Amino acid sequence: MTELATRVIAGDPRSIARLITLVENDSPEALEEMKQIHPHTGHAQIIGVTGVMGSGKSSLIFQLALAYRILGKKVGIIAIDPTSPFSGGALLGDRIRMTDLAIDSGVFIRSMGTRGMMGGLTSALYDVVEILDAAGMNVILIETVGVGQDEVDIIKIADTTLVVLVPGLGDSVQTIKAGLMEIADIFVVNKADKPGVEQTVAEIESMLDLVSAPDRRTPIVTTSAKEKKGIQELTSKIAEHQKYLKNSNAFETRRRQRYEAELIEIIRKRLMDFIFDEKKLKKTVDCCIDQISKKELDPYSAADQILGKILK
Amino acid sequence: MIKKIRVLVAKPGLDGHDRGAKIVARALRDSGMEVVYTGLHQTAAQIVNTAMQEDVDVVGLSLLSGAHMTLFIDVAKLLKEKQMDDVLIVGGGIIPQEDVPALKKAGIAAVFGPGTPVEDIVSYIKKNVKR
Repeated sequence: MTELATRVIAGDPRSIARLITLVENDSPEALEEMKQIHPHTGHAQIIGVTGVMGSGKSSLIFQLALAYRILGKKVGIIAIDPTSPFSGGALLGDRIRMTDLAIDSGVFIRSMGTRGMMGGLTSALYDVVEILDAAGMNVILIETVGVGQDEVDIIKIADTTLVVLVPGLGDSVQTIKAGLMEIADIFVVNKADKPGVEQTVAEIESMLDLVSAPDRRTPIVTTSAKEKKGIQELTSKIAEHQKYLKNSNAFETRRRQRYEAELIEIIRKRLMDFIFDEKKLKKTVDCCIDQISKKELDPYSAADQILGKILK
Repeated sequence: MIKKIRVLVAKPGLDGHDRGAKIVARALRDSGMEVVYTGLHQTAAQIVNTAMQEDVDVVGLSLLSGAHMTLFIDVAKLLKEKQMDDVLIVGGGIIPQEDVPALKKAGIAAVFGPGTPVEDIVSYIKKNVKR
């Protein structure tokens, strides 16, 4: 095994950090390491935390991490913030709410920019989850960017997805009925110290009433990350959901879905790299242009030929 | 390969003034860097541990309280201890000129005082980042 992979599996924070950078940068060096760590993965419980901007996801994750630390679990946190589509830069500020975890050796936090990926995630996320899993984290908490309505990709990765709402959204619970509201394994109404909690809970309840014959009704937990309320109940609902998944074989199905999504993402990335590697593509295309202009070949057949070569 | 410069902007110690740090953070973001902002009141150990987990290329320290000779140097020492010598350390805030040589000796590569155009900070980082 390579040195870096060995150190990652041993849980060395610097090596974990370095390998994450390599996968984030799409570095070819990362490939061998990722191949080697894969057999060491599959043990961590993966919890996705999504919700609208300003719903208190970071503070909630901070409280959840503290709760899991008390249970003696090692916690990995991946906090995603948007990359500017204009400058390519990003301001990653989720750690501001988590500073007390910065020197806990049982916690590893990594902030990531979306780097052009849609869906509220970042394309290296699958790899980063594998890295933290292999490094021995028992729980991995993923914070998506503050989402609107249809950024639902988190369910492709998480075992349990928390959708965080806040009181005072009022009618907007109605407007976000689709998308975001469909992916919750647990609803969290955070900022329960603010007025309007009952109404928000009632609106979610009435929406859930419309779901036909569920074998499991999605629980709603009210929390206040600020006042540290409801966190115990939330962790126990998460544990219940894990149990439910394991008892109903849904766990295996979800994991398979994750690997499927990951595999498709790798293939997508490689194809895009090829197609958008202009030098390579130009070379391939140039060969056909002559023939097309001499009418020996038509553009459609040429495209078939080129794609055939790529997909071979 | 899409290498991006990652920068940690940190506020060590007991200093509640983060307007400067935020302006610098934003300028770095607008120049295409990924900027992790820690928030206020960080200890040297928190800053260094964060720098390690985030695998940043640059640590930018901002301090207006006058404790830079202790706190900046603590961070630099701790980074060295953890063998993170490849991280570029820069500082800013209210730093008297006569302190600058000692800070540089301690490993703070550059000190940017009030009135520094943000473009200077951006180009300094781009030119001097070590990896």
